[in-house]
Amino acid sequence: MPSPYLPNTDADRSAMLREIGVGSIEELFQDIPERLRHAQFKLPSPLSELEIKKELSRLANRNVSLDNYACFLGGGSYRHFIPGTVEHVIGRSELYTAYTPYQAEVSQGTLQGTYEYQSLVCQLTAMEVSNAGMYDGSTAAAEAAIMACVITKRGKVAVSTTVNPTYREVISTYVKGRNLSIETVELNSSLSSDCACLVVQQPNFFGYLEEMEAHVEKARDIGALFIGIVDPISLGMFKPPGHYGADIAVADGQALGNPTSFGGPGLGVFTCRQEYLRQMPGRIVGKTVDVEGKPGYVMTLVTREQYIRRERATSNICTSEALMALAAAVYLATLGKRGLRQVAELCYHKAHYAAEKIANLKGYSLVFPKPFFKEFAIRCPIAPSQINQALFKEGIVGGLDISHIIDDSMLLCVTEMDTKEEIDKLVEILGAF
Amino acid sequence: MSHHYLLPEISQPGKIGCSLPALDVPPTELPPKELLRQELELPEVSEVELVRYFTALSKLNYGVDTGFYPLGSCTMKYNPKWHEDIAKLPGFASIHPLQPEESVQGAMQLMFELQEYLAEITGMNATSLLPIAGAHGEFTGLLMVKAYHQDRGDRARKKILLTDSSHGTNPASAVMCGFEIGTVASDSEGNVDMKSLESAMNEEVAALTLTMPTALGLFDPQILEISRLVHERGGLFGADGANLNALLGRVKFGELGYDYVQLNLHKTFSTPHGGGGPGSGPVCVKEHLADFLPSPLVTKNNGRYNFVSPAKSIGRIANFCGNFGVMCKAYAYIRSLGAPGLKEVSENAVLNANYLKEKLKSYYYLPYDRICMHEVVFSGRRQKARGVRTVDIAKRLLDYGLHPPTVYFPLVVDEALMIEPTETESKQTLDAFVDAMKEIDRDVEENPEILHTAPHNTPIRRLDDVRAARNPDLRWHMRS
Repeated sequence: MPSPYLPNTDADRSAMLREIGVGSIEELFQDIPERLRHAQFKLPSPLSELEIKKELSRLANRNVSLDNYACFLGGGSYRHFIPGTVEHVIGRSELYTAYTPYQAEVSQGTLQGTYEYQSLVCQLTAMEVSNAGMYDGSTAAAEAAIMACVITKRGKVAVSTTVNPTYREVISTYVKGRNLSIETVELNSSLSSDCACLVVQQPNFFGYLEEMEAHVEKARDIGALFIGIVDPISLGMFKPPGHYGADIAVADGQALGNPTSFGGPGLGVFTCRQEYLRQMPGRIVGKTVDVEGKPGYVMTLVTREQYIRRERATSNICTSEALMALAAAVYLATLGKRGLRQVAELCYHKAHYAAEKIANLKGYSLVFPKPFFKEFAIRCPIAPSQINQALFKEGIVGGLDISHIIDDSMLLCVTEMDTKEEIDKLVEILGAF
Repeated sequence: MSHHYLLPEISQPGKIGCSLPALDVPPTELPPKELLRQELELPEVSEVELVRYFTALSKLNYGVDTGFYPLGSCTMKYNPKWHEDIAKLPGFASIHPLQPEESVQGAMQLMFELQEYLAEITGMNATSLLPIAGAHGEFTGLLMVKAYHQDRGDRARKKILLTDSSHGTNPASAVMCGFEIGTVASDSEGNVDMKSLESAMNEEVAALTLTMPTALGLFDPQILEISRLVHERGGLFGADGANLNALLGRVKFGELGYDYVQLNLHKTFSTPHGGGGPGSGPVCVKEHLADFLPSPLVTKNNGRYNFVSPAKSIGRIANFCGNFGVMCKAYAYIRSLGAPGLKEVSENAVLNANYLKEKLKSYYYLPYDRICMHEVVFSGRRQKARGVRTVDIAKRLLDYGLHPPTVYFPLVVDEALMIEPTETESKQTLDAFVDAMKEIDRDVEENPEILHTAPHNTPIRRLDDVRAARNPDLRWHMRS
């Protein structure tokens, strides 16, 4: 059977071999030592498109899709409504089958789309500059911490205990990789003066809102940079990092128009002050003109990057999440100023409705009686794992079990995706314990 | 036509691009005012205007679906359409990474099997699918190198050796892992200069990273001597697997003596590049490195799949378990080809590259005139001597509706033109490219001006990079 992906016919191949002047394809592999040239591979036999689609549909159906379940799980990956525009725009194959836009003249779609992304992200975060996107929120935070060490010429990173524990692990991996050190700090304690930065998450891992101005000041007092990790949807109603004085602000951008997709592909949003632009990792697109004076877009400030600067680059990042950044741009443009505020407010009101109902149940309480956005921690009368099992039987994916951090506690997330009916059912099942 | 408008220019107050549900619960009092945002200036655009705007942008782009894309070292092969549908199945796209393991067994099975397939394809013992891109995979591999030596109490190994043709991410990744860089020269044949390696390979070297085939598109016949020397002197031998397409289904990195290899699913395994991602950069390792893999791995016990952290893991390198959506597409690719199909891929990739090499070598200088693998590197030095630079050649190709090769890389070749046709191109396409390259060479003599001023037929002409870097304009502003 001919392969749909190999357009050369046998006749083509023979003609090409003649042109090359060899008798067989085998001869083209002559530089490889003979005994290494014929490895055996134990792989399943090839199947047709139809057969694989059927098999993978079966495999996909073994997973509980959140299209069929109510879901109150967050903790870093969020289920938000994705308008139809997003998938259809990023489904344009001129965009998704392109490489990194090295040839600007035939890549204006990717480049202008990235310029829109950078602009929209700056508007959203109220920060001065944005790059073209990183892998995810955790690696963006890690690269931000390293950037802060370079800028301040200090070797220690301070991270708040209320930052997502996985983010703290990723930051630690990156920081230790560079032979720098990391310290986890309580936000109400003082900072040692050799810290390069203070990393704080808003809303924090437990969902509640930190007093960011005070923390910024604390970092400022010792000459450290302040790095904020933010929830981009929360910025539809809450104060953005640029307004409380963050030096670098990062976010996980998955929530901006990308499905949860078992955790990836996602997007890392990376923004900073203009003065740190040349220390920023990642690709950056800038506006310029062509030889006829027409406006156009190029990758710029490339002397920060690995393919020009090699070991002196600000990061090793090359391929990142360009298509997911474009999805974020389309998402933000589709919702616009009203839409994003509305989504944020839907999350806020629904989450508070759920929290109040649960807090009134016997045996349950809110762990932190502080302002929150869409996630909140509850203390349960029994182990959260048992509650989650009961919820699951009723078609609900429950919250994140955080009882290893706080006894018998669960982190619940409510977004615009969750209906009153689903919230009421959640409350009803919780109340039965 | 270029597209002059930006979103703020089509924005008008009161418009929106989608509808949203009304609030179905009683509202709660808003939090204290000092926590709230006063204004949010985002564009307001209707759905039709938004779709037309982005559709217009897409038309300014060139992708693999548009035409030939022989970008060396990037493996721009065709991306089967139905793979996109697989990744969008609700059971794959609409699952949360922190769902209970029993509710995502299908996804974990796919990951487990892909781990196994990639280990088999590379001749390694274990795979981590976590790295999100190739450079992230390099970073992961080198962190493991560091952990491996430290675990053995060998703290003197502070250096990573690279060849002079290596990709820029190689040194950048090494620095991110706290290593210094040592360079090994290439010889006149484009192979590793064994004398240079001999003198550089000492007890300070943690590993040699060597792309195979090399960035010159050549297979180094000394591969076994290289790996023997590195191992004898206590180093590890790592591959940047960017060029696996040449070896697919035929040669195993493990049998070449490599201790680990980092792959690019978005190159070799046919997942689309997305204009710069999403990628996926799995790392495959031999047994002695398996305990150091990043967390988590998928394991299988009694028919059930679990996430586990390896005993001496380097820890977490990203938030969740990698770019799962990309893995779905690579999985479909491997299952549709099987071992015989993978072998056909490398055969046709190598055949296509050698065909281009033969057809073009009397027009463009071929610095290493020998059988090449999946790509061929020419030098534009003959054209340069006649006043035309490689950049001009590249830009002129755009006028023919062709994407240019990679230019000015690898750095060891003057005016480099690095051509990787891939296996998914037909002889007719290659012939059209050859014709264009011949015409361009003729124009070097007869009409150099058309080359200096190219491109002429693209949506926009040559852009002013210097101005972009001197006066960075990186965003628009929108004010109320």
